[in-house]
Amino acid sequence: MGTPAIEIEGLTKDYAVGFWRKRMRRSLDNLTLQVQEGEAFGFLGPNGAGKTTTLKLLMSLIFPTAGTARVRGRSIDNVRMHREIGYLPEQPYFYDYLTARELLDYYARLFGYPAIERRQRVTRFLEHVGLADAGDVQLRKFSKGMLQRVGIAQAIIHDPQVVFLDEPMSGLDPVGRREVRDIILDLKRQGRTVFFSTHILSDAEMLCDRVAVLLGGKLQGVGAPGEIVSMEVYGMEIFFEMRAGSSLPTALAGHAARIGERYRVEVQEEQLYSALEQLRSCEARILSVTPLRPTLEDYFLKLVARDKAAAHPAGESAR
Amino acid sequence: MSTIPGVVAINTFREAVRDRVLYNLIFFALMMISASILVGEISIGISRLVIINLGLSAISIFGLIMAIFIGVGLVSKEIEKRTLYTLLSKPVRRWEFLVGKFGGLLLTLTVNTALMTLGLAAALFYVSGNFLRADVSILVAVYFILLELALVTALALFFSCFSSPMLSTLFTLGIYVAGIFSKDIRDIGILTLNPVMQAAARVLYYVLPNFHNFNAITAAAHGESIPVSLIWQNTAYAGLYVALVLIGASAVFSGRNLK
Amino acid sequence: MSGQSHTRSLGFALIAIPILFLAIAWLQTRIDVETRTIAQQKEELLLRSGPLLKKLSLGYDSLLADIYWTRAVQYYGGRVGNAGEKFELLWPLLDITTSLDPKLIVAYRFGAIFLSEPAPMGADRADLAVELVKRGVAANPDDWRLDSDLGFLYYWHLKNYPEASAAYLEASKKKDGPVLMKMMAAEVAAKGNSFSASTAIWSEIYDTAQDPAVKKNAFQHLQSLQAQQDLLALDKYAEDYRRRNGRYPTTTRELYESGVLSGVPLDPAGIAYIFGSDGKAQLDPNSSVILDKPSKRSPR
Repeated sequence: MGTPAIEIEGLTKDYAVGFWRKRMRRSLDNLTLQVQEGEAFGFLGPNGAGKTTTLKLLMSLIFPTAGTARVRGRSIDNVRMHREIGYLPEQPYFYDYLTARELLDYYARLFGYPAIERRQRVTRFLEHVGLADAGDVQLRKFSKGMLQRVGIAQAIIHDPQVVFLDEPMSGLDPVGRREVRDIILDLKRQGRTVFFSTHILSDAEMLCDRVAVLLGGKLQGVGAPGEIVSMEVYGMEIFFEMRAGSSLPTALAGHAARIGERYRVEVQEEQLYSALEQLRSCEARILSVTPLRPTLEDYFLKLVARDKAAAHPAGESAR
Repeated sequence: MSTIPGVVAINTFREAVRDRVLYNLIFFALMMISASILVGEISIGISRLVIINLGLSAISIFGLIMAIFIGVGLVSKEIEKRTLYTLLSKPVRRWEFLVGKFGGLLLTLTVNTALMTLGLAAALFYVSGNFLRADVSILVAVYFILLELALVTALALFFSCFSSPMLSTLFTLGIYVAGIFSKDIRDIGILTLNPVMQAAARVLYYVLPNFHNFNAITAAAHGESIPVSLIWQNTAYAGLYVALVLIGASAVFSGRNLK
Repeated sequence: MSGQSHTRSLGFALIAIPILFLAIAWLQTRIDVETRTIAQQKEELLLRSGPLLKKLSLGYDSLLADIYWTRAVQYYGGRVGNAGEKFELLWPLLDITTSLDPKLIVAYRFGAIFLSEPAPMGADRADLAVELVKRGVAANPDDWRLDSDLGFLYYWHLKNYPEASAAYLEASKKKDGPVLMKMMAAEVAAKGNSFSASTAIWSEIYDTAQDPAVKKNAFQHLQSLQAQQDLLALDKYAEDYRRRNGRYPTTTRELYESGVLSGVPLDPAGIAYIFGSDGKAQLDPNSSVILDKPSKRSPR
């Protein structure tokens, strides 16, 4: 088993809020979890759940009210811990008067690499994130996607064993997201631990060995994506198009949703064939038939709904 | 010894240069040129006096403005722009960051001041055609100005660690003015004949950074020599006080939660 | 909880900062010594023009006036007692002070006393003192104290008794002018220099003085006046004694023993007077009483 890559124990963060700073708002409540070496670990939750708070605590940008954490055996208090980790903050911003190359070189200097090695690393990682051509462009001219990539490059330029990414896909177009996904998979292949937070569940499902779900500062559950939700099929989804002039079969008309020229309908597994039969009789064109399994999204929405329902009757002002 | 402050310092210097801070030198040059031409009409004795007074005062004021206005943004700008987040995720201690920022601005001020001194020397040579032995005191005066600027920078950096740029500017400027008049403040306190006020005035005198120690402009203008012992004393004073302020800044900053 | 590094920084700061302050304070005392020696060799006021300074002070005149006032006092206090001191900068400092704030009455009074006082206690420039006080009168037409000071200057230093009397009369006419002013005007007009007038003036200055230097100076003058009167009286007794006993007395004890006096006369410092070989009464050399210069003794 060995030492976990990340060990968090009872991590708590309170903020003083209000004009006189009298009231306490608990943005992270007693978080305890462990991440093993080589895992790709997803940290999920809606906005405001405490994901960024957790990451900032681990980076010692803010300090815990209670609890401890260790990365690769070293306390987060210890500045040496930072040699082994990389960090990409949410919506990163860099010194815009520097070029990409200069920025990476600056960070590389902070690790004490000699000049030749620095040059090599900078070139290598610029290539790795696909910015080889933009190395000498000033960062103020970079697009959001390019900034994100520079951000990843600076996070891994020193070959850290553990990489922390805060919403790495946010604001990217599908191409950009695929690139980031590939980079994360690559890091995994190299045996590094990747800890990233996101509220995009499909990414988490696809990339992560395990996920943790955070809501309102509290940990709701930890486990493989498949463990958190059951894998049972609960229905079938049919996409189809109607022939010009025909109208929907009456049995389906109430349940079908129209999306442009297409329709989508969900039916129980047992009723699949009768639905298909009805569609065939009105000469509809079947586009796809897909079994439905609960996703993290469903689990998520259920959690959020339950949390909201709990909040309202009590009339508690969480603000 | 850690090189991280040095790395941060060089980067801070680079930022200042790319922010076109050094363009103030153009304004300084224009001023010295016009003064040299105007003053050429008067006798050499007075024209030297005017050039040295004007040049040194300008060096001091320009430097002061730079030290305060850049200084109060040293930390707050990095927090506001969130560039500090990635920086602190590296193995960088918070005090190393502070010392680096201080060093970077000091380097910028030194370069700026050195170039201005060259301009002053050129103007002086233009109006009087030669340099006197006594002109060494001009260099001493410039050195004292630099010591003064180091101290102002440290103060601005200190305030930058926890307050907004505007408040930091007010505080730093306030302490600077108080430090210029600290002798008079003490004397007024002594005149009150109230033992509590007198004691308080004396304590205040020793606590405030006494910027009047560093004023050698009049002496330089009149070509008077400045004793070597004063040079050592002022250097030690500035050094100790800067250390004190930076230690204080580190203590404040290392506990700060960065939003 | 703020993390280990914060507690370490804080602890280090709490120890280092007081130590550094002590070192800085010690350094400052050395710097002060250094700059004082420089300053004494070459004291300089870069700008001596009051009106110019007023323009430059950007509206903070009275604050700047206060600063120059304290500097004037410090300047005087730091140099009084130095041999051959001429207090060259006292006039410019007071000039600037009163240009910046013409209503700073204490400055006029300070100048009236110490600009006119002969060395080593003052600048020995009664003319400048008069100019200063006249300016004060012009700027503060309702204040009797300035006319009183003017009267003092004319009476004591310039020995211009008509002008002195006129000034005292002016003072008596102004708001709150005390009865003493009228009395002074009359006495000076009638008798010129007199012990009673002099004592009255210096007593008034002593009573109303706010500055300790001024008070001390007035006290010394009062002592001197008292001693002068005593000495004159003793001379008379000495003459009597000679007529009766054929020689001058050598000690005041003899006067007491021969029944001329009912006690042994002591000077204002409490030390007995002595007689010189010429038979004239004198102060004991050990006495702390200082006589004003001889020209102040009134004619018999």
